[in-house]
Amino acid sequence: MTATIAPPRPQAGAEPPPPSEPRSLPRWAWALVVIGVWIVVWALTKGTDTLEIPVRVHTEVQQQLTDFRDSVLASRDTNPLIQFTYSLGGWFTDVVDWAQRMISIPDFPRPVPQIGWLGVTAIATWIGLAVAGWRIALLVGASFVSFGLFGYWSDSMDLLIVTFVAVVFSVLIGMPLAVWLGTSRRPWVVSMINTLLDIFQTMPTFVYLLPIVLFFGIGASAAVVCTLIYALPPIIRVAGHGIRNVSPTTIEATDAAGQTSFQRLRKVQLPMARKTIVVGLNQTIMAALSMATIAAYVDGPGLGKPVLSALFKNDVGGAFVPGMLIVVMAVMLDRTTTAASEASERAARGQVDLRLRRIVLAVTAVGALVAVWASRTYISLAEFPETSWGPTLAGWVDDFTEWFTDTFRGATDWFKNLISDYLLNPLQSLIAESPWYVTATAILLLAFVFGRARALLPTVICLAGLRYFGLWHDSMITLTMTLVGTLLVMILAVVFGVWMARRASVDLMLRPVLDAGQTIPPFVYLIPMLALFGPTRFTAIVAGVVYAAPVAIKLVADGVRGVSPTTLEASRSTGATTWQEITKVQLPMSRSSLVLAANQGLLYVLAMAVIGGMVGAGALGYDVVLGFSRSEEWGKGAAAGISIVLIGIMVDRICRAAAHDEAVTHDATRRPRWRAALGG
Amino acid sequence: MNERSERTVQNGDAALSVKNLWKIFGRGADRIVGTPDAELSRAELKEKSGCVVGVRDVSFEVAPGEVFVVMGLSGSGKSTLVRCLTRLIEPTSGEIVVDGHDVVSASEAELRELRRTHASMVFQHFGLLPHRQVIDNVAYGLEVRGVGKKERRAKAEEIVGLVGLSGYERSYPDQLSGGMQQRVGLARALASDPSLLLFDEPFSALDPLIRRDMQNEVIRLHRELGKTMVFITHDLQEALKLGDRILIMRDGAVVQIGTPDEVVGAPADDYVKDFTSEVPRSHVLTLKWVMRDPRPGDSTDGPVMSSDTVVRRAAQAALASEHPVRVVDDGQLVGIVDDDAILRVVVAEEEVSA
Repeated sequence: MTATIAPPRPQAGAEPPPPSEPRSLPRWAWALVVIGVWIVVWALTKGTDTLEIPVRVHTEVQQQLTDFRDSVLASRDTNPLIQFTYSLGGWFTDVVDWAQRMISIPDFPRPVPQIGWLGVTAIATWIGLAVAGWRIALLVGASFVSFGLFGYWSDSMDLLIVTFVAVVFSVLIGMPLAVWLGTSRRPWVVSMINTLLDIFQTMPTFVYLLPIVLFFGIGASAAVVCTLIYALPPIIRVAGHGIRNVSPTTIEATDAAGQTSFQRLRKVQLPMARKTIVVGLNQTIMAALSMATIAAYVDGPGLGKPVLSALFKNDVGGAFVPGMLIVVMAVMLDRTTTAASEASERAARGQVDLRLRRIVLAVTAVGALVAVWASRTYISLAEFPETSWGPTLAGWVDDFTEWFTDTFRGATDWFKNLISDYLLNPLQSLIAESPWYVTATAILLLAFVFGRARALLPTVICLAGLRYFGLWHDSMITLTMTLVGTLLVMILAVVFGVWMARRASVDLMLRPVLDAGQTIPPFVYLIPMLALFGPTRFTAIVAGVVYAAPVAIKLVADGVRGVSPTTLEASRSTGATTWQEITKVQLPMSRSSLVLAANQGLLYVLAMAVIGGMVGAGALGYDVVLGFSRSEEWGKGAAAGISIVLIGIMVDRICRAAAHDEAVTHDATRRPRWRAALGG
Repeated sequence: MNERSERTVQNGDAALSVKNLWKIFGRGADRIVGTPDAELSRAELKEKSGCVVGVRDVSFEVAPGEVFVVMGLSGSGKSTLVRCLTRLIEPTSGEIVVDGHDVVSASEAELRELRRTHASMVFQHFGLLPHRQVIDNVAYGLEVRGVGKKERRAKAEEIVGLVGLSGYERSYPDQLSGGMQQRVGLARALASDPSLLLFDEPFSALDPLIRRDMQNEVIRLHRELGKTMVFITHDLQEALKLGDRILIMRDGAVVQIGTPDEVVGAPADDYVKDFTSEVPRSHVLTLKWVMRDPRPGDSTDGPVMSSDTVVRRAAQAALASEHPVRVVDDGQLVGIVDDDAILRVVVAEEEVSA
């Protein structure tokens, strides 16, 4: 950055001006100094004042949180806020319950739901045909049949119901906000909404759950509410962005025709932003699906439940089948919304024979209605016949896992031990086994080295918060896992990102894989990792790496590709080698993307380190899970949730401060590239 | 006011009249006009208050049916000026009257009415709606006015034919070339049958050949429809070709208002002179600018021409005759043009272009 500030042109013959700043150590050297001193202090004080507390012990603050929960529950009948949230939650439960009785569970006195599997499949297929064409209809039909064949019909329907209800409310709440964000001429509105959305997106999914359980109880209502909250930001941000970015020339030209502001919105802004709005809707649906699976932790109905209970039992085969169905559902929803937007584009352009289309839809609608009638009449068409597909597949997976782990135990153990012995353990020992004040000071100094003064205040507040909530030791372990995971993510991101940016063929091949990777709910990643590495913290780290890698790789690839071709050409003309080109031009010039990728990687890995709490990752994630399962540990779980947020905010702020030269701003012109890459 | 405009605009019947129009961008801009600060140059005012002058005390009148060209380099405030005319940009102070309607004090609803029926605009980057067919783009102005679908489509169809786009009614803007897209923009402006057409550098984004076609199209439409036009451009050739009168702007202020031959023949200052130095003068100047007063001994056998004959047109006849041209207006001999005078214009031009 300093290179762009040109010094005043020296007078002819005058002495060259002296360097304007005294030479100082670069940032990384300072960081090494801090870490060196830290290691020395650690060697002397290791194991003292680590603030480690046993599993079932809680601090006073945590007890106060539990007491607070108890008082909220006790005031349930008098406190108007709780009454409101409970009645809202009850209403959500009723909606979900009604839908369940329609398609997923027996509607007493009927032994089966109102509409049986054949009817539901037929209707869904018909909807696929109507919005997106026959290919998507086939995909939808096959997906629905697979839900039944593998024996998870009702869980699949429940997941769809929760997702659908949450998405409907997300759109109802989100679209007006998006219009406000997109059309407001007041800068503070834009920056206020953006800041709120940033905070929401920094929070790991898990953290919503505990307070929501407090105010909405567990079950369907909590599942809908947390899914709704998690799914809301994408539609607001993406749709708002689309509306805001409608060509100002067109707005001006149509204003000049004398339109009212409502006509402007309805006839110009919304239609022109339609494509972006659909992208936002797609992201909202995918976010909703991923949260709806995690809502299994709060007893939310759906496919997350069998996955979760199998994970608790380390039953890889049992987790694999519902996990696979979640992926099937994700692919189905993603493809359908994308294809629907393309199809509506074609229809709007008059490339579709409307008459033929109407006839086809009418005929197939009759077919679907017949299927519905049949599914209400014949029991075998109402209740999916039992098959052995699910258990068989689970058995194969178990066999395969066993064979694989036996055969490759050497390789996986070598990798696990390599990372554990040389990276994870030493780092964890340094961070978690130093006295807490030593670690805190070191973190603070590093924050200052990288982020200067602007990183200090948030870091101090977050560290103080971590100390206050009494889970310092667990927090440091989670922080270690996050840092190691992020390091691995960044290695992947730089290698593959640069490769993709330099070779179009690689990009063409990898990008669809990465896109697909981003649509899979994070939960599902745990299953194969559990198979490979067993229940250890390593499982969570690798799952986190796999979860975070697509985003980070895409960010780096787009950043490197964004380097001006003229600069590259210039460097090539001076005879730079490929390596020099990468290290001296492409990577430095895409620094902001690298920082952003690291930032996103940290947040994603953190989220996974927490979700992985119950498959051996321990630390804060385990505390949260414990908070769900044991009433008296609620306070500790809540403290763990808050600690997770504090860690997330801390690393986020330090990263941003470090990158503030090319700050990640609310400048709408800078937003799209990385937001698009994030898929959020 | 320029003497010329008094000739073209009789009191009160102007299609558009602008008086003391100011546009200053920035915080507290409305407190600057009328204070000594307003006299500061652009840079000084920016330094002092952070405000930027877009349009500085501009006044002019446009007669019905006139083509009035506003020309200046980029940043001279011409696009701001034309946007102020229908308040797409809110003017800071001044008076604008279109067809007898006061624009500045109009309410939101009155302003919409004005935009819907009295003044339409054509934009540099077209500003078409990509999700609508040509016909619905053209009909947009009628649609927001509340005209029924059948009626507005019929009207749009007619206008599409008028601008030479018949057969493309069902196309989408991105299927058309730049020139054709601008024809759509032109048709959209014409569809609501306004009395005043505003053009904001409409052909700057087009290829030179297409630009020439479009200029001729505007000339044709003007001849057929007789609309009043305000035309913004940074291209002097275009200004001279289209304009009945030309307003030259610099730094938001008016430098000169005059007919093409006045601007070329009697530039108001060095800025305008510099501007017009490369213009082929013989194409613009009329005999009025090269004639001398008649002397008693002049030959009376030369060809007779009026004083507003362009030099280039006069040249052949003048040079073919052995006698000097006699310039006669209303039966009155007003001047004599020697071969020398004509050659001076033509040769000077060769030197400039060499």
